[in-house]
Amino acid sequence: MSKFEFPKSIASRPVWGTLEVRQGEHHLMIAEAEGAEAVLDIATSDLMAKTHLIYIPKGTDYSEKLQALNPAQFYEGPSYEAALQRIRRVLEDAHMGLQVYLTGTEGMMGQAMNEVMAVGLPHTAIQTEHRGSTARRMQCVHCKGITEDVEIDPFVCSHCGLNLFVRDHYSRRLAAYQGVRVDAEDHGNVPEPKGIYE
Amino acid sequence: MTIQFNDESFRDDYTFHNSDWAIKRFPFPFHEDSYMYSVNMEQHRGGPEGSVYEMRFDVDEHYVSEMKDRAIVLDQDPLRCQSLPHMTLAGWDLLELIMVSKSEDYPDLFELHRNGNQWRWINKPLGIDHSFTFMDETTLPYGPMEYITRQAQGDFAVLDQRDEMLWMDAGMVTTQADWSLDFDIGMNFFEWHAPVPKAHEMGIFQRALKFLLNIQQGAPARRLNWTMTVNPLLDTSPENYHKWGIQKTTLTPENIAHKQHLRVELQTFFRLPRSNALVFPIRCYLCSFQDLMTVPKWGRRLHRVIRDLPVELATYKGFIDNRPMMLDYLSQFDDGLPTSPGIWPDLETEPPLSK
Repeated sequence: MSKFEFPKSIASRPVWGTLEVRQGEHHLMIAEAEGAEAVLDIATSDLMAKTHLIYIPKGTDYSEKLQALNPAQFYEGPSYEAALQRIRRVLEDAHMGLQVYLTGTEGMMGQAMNEVMAVGLPHTAIQTEHRGSTARRMQCVHCKGITEDVEIDPFVCSHCGLNLFVRDHYSRRLAAYQGVRVDAEDHGNVPEPKGIYE
Repeated sequence: MTIQFNDESFRDDYTFHNSDWAIKRFPFPFHEDSYMYSVNMEQHRGGPEGSVYEMRFDVDEHYVSEMKDRAIVLDQDPLRCQSLPHMTLAGWDLLELIMVSKSEDYPDLFELHRNGNQWRWINKPLGIDHSFTFMDETTLPYGPMEYITRQAQGDFAVLDQRDEMLWMDAGMVTTQADWSLDFDIGMNFFEWHAPVPKAHEMGIFQRALKFLLNIQQGAPARRLNWTMTVNPLLDTSPENYHKWGIQKTTLTPENIAHKQHLRVELQTFFRLPRSNALVFPIRCYLCSFQDLMTVPKWGRRLHRVIRDLPVELATYKGFIDNRPMMLDYLSQFDDGLPTSPGIWPDLETEPPLSK
């Protein structure tokens, strides 16, 4: 599957990379949905023998292919939220030198990156690669609620119900883009939603 | 000089007003008849007597009412004041800087008595007389940054410096021109400025960062920035934009003179001694169009600047829709005569309006 080319944007917008094999005794991979393909692309038997692989299918079915790589540990979780406690537990034992590979949607990578940084691993130990959905994790600047997997602009805040437009301004701390009321200066005048990258 | 503090509001009935004294010392931000971004930094070492540049932290007739407005904002939204855990020392630095500066610059209004770490702070305008232990948070009702910035006009961004970069790691932000501390906290200098158009391409932020990283203790710097605000609303936050945005559409040719305000930020930059953080006070001054027009030079110049401003900037500053109405009003005060260089009103030397 071809990768989506994000258009050039502002300085706060994250830029995602391409996974590559790194040296190290311990590796943690988190693959969400089509992110599994990025793992399949770089997997070697030597690497996978030292890898804890966490897979969040989100409607995809790469489970057999991933298990066939013979990772040292394999876990399939139904959602990022469900997998989170396990991810934290794994990171608790992380040693300096652990290599982290995150691949999938921007929302998952951004949140997982914060978990990794929170245990004191350097950002240089984290690699990312965007695969699959280009949906965004959005924070409503008004009510502060997070709406996951937003594909259209404008969209309705799942917490306060305001119609929000999708900004490129991104907070790594929140792992979210900013949503701002679209009809603040003309109440009720909400443009027809379209895809974020249309 | 004794300041008469106004009893006024920056919301609802908007009783905010400037005295003649406040109008004449308003920091008019345009030194020539056009405007483009620049790294317009200068040393913050005083200025003409009575001007907003004279003292390290200017106190004016709006002080008491602005502090009341800040307290209302914080009651409604405590997230406007945040400090990441490693920034507490910088908070103490800031408390010391403001208390020392104000007590030296305004001895009739503020007093600081220090005996080792036992400090007594007297703030007469706000009726505070408080003894506490410096560097002991348990002796203050808030964290040190929040405590002192509830008593100081303007927003405060406290920037940590590491890896040759500045990080927005603490702040008190209740009078902002549409940016969110809660969203931007933890960002680096380029990230929090990301939404500003044009300036990145012009290299403005690279040069500004270089300048700011080198600011030394005891050698603060300053610059002016500006935007437009309908009604004298201090809290033009993105958090409340869904409530105040609609006010922009209430402007009419009949009310523009008193409703439209030029909003100027006096931005200063001080190095803090213990933490090596940089504090970035952003002091907001508001002046209605009709009050600005009492200074002939400003009337001529404001018309020319607004008329010739690139569309991108007028859009970013949020007044593109109202610009034609502004120009209809402002053009009455532009007789085409030349203007003197610099920001000062030059009332004695500039000719009256001949139109």
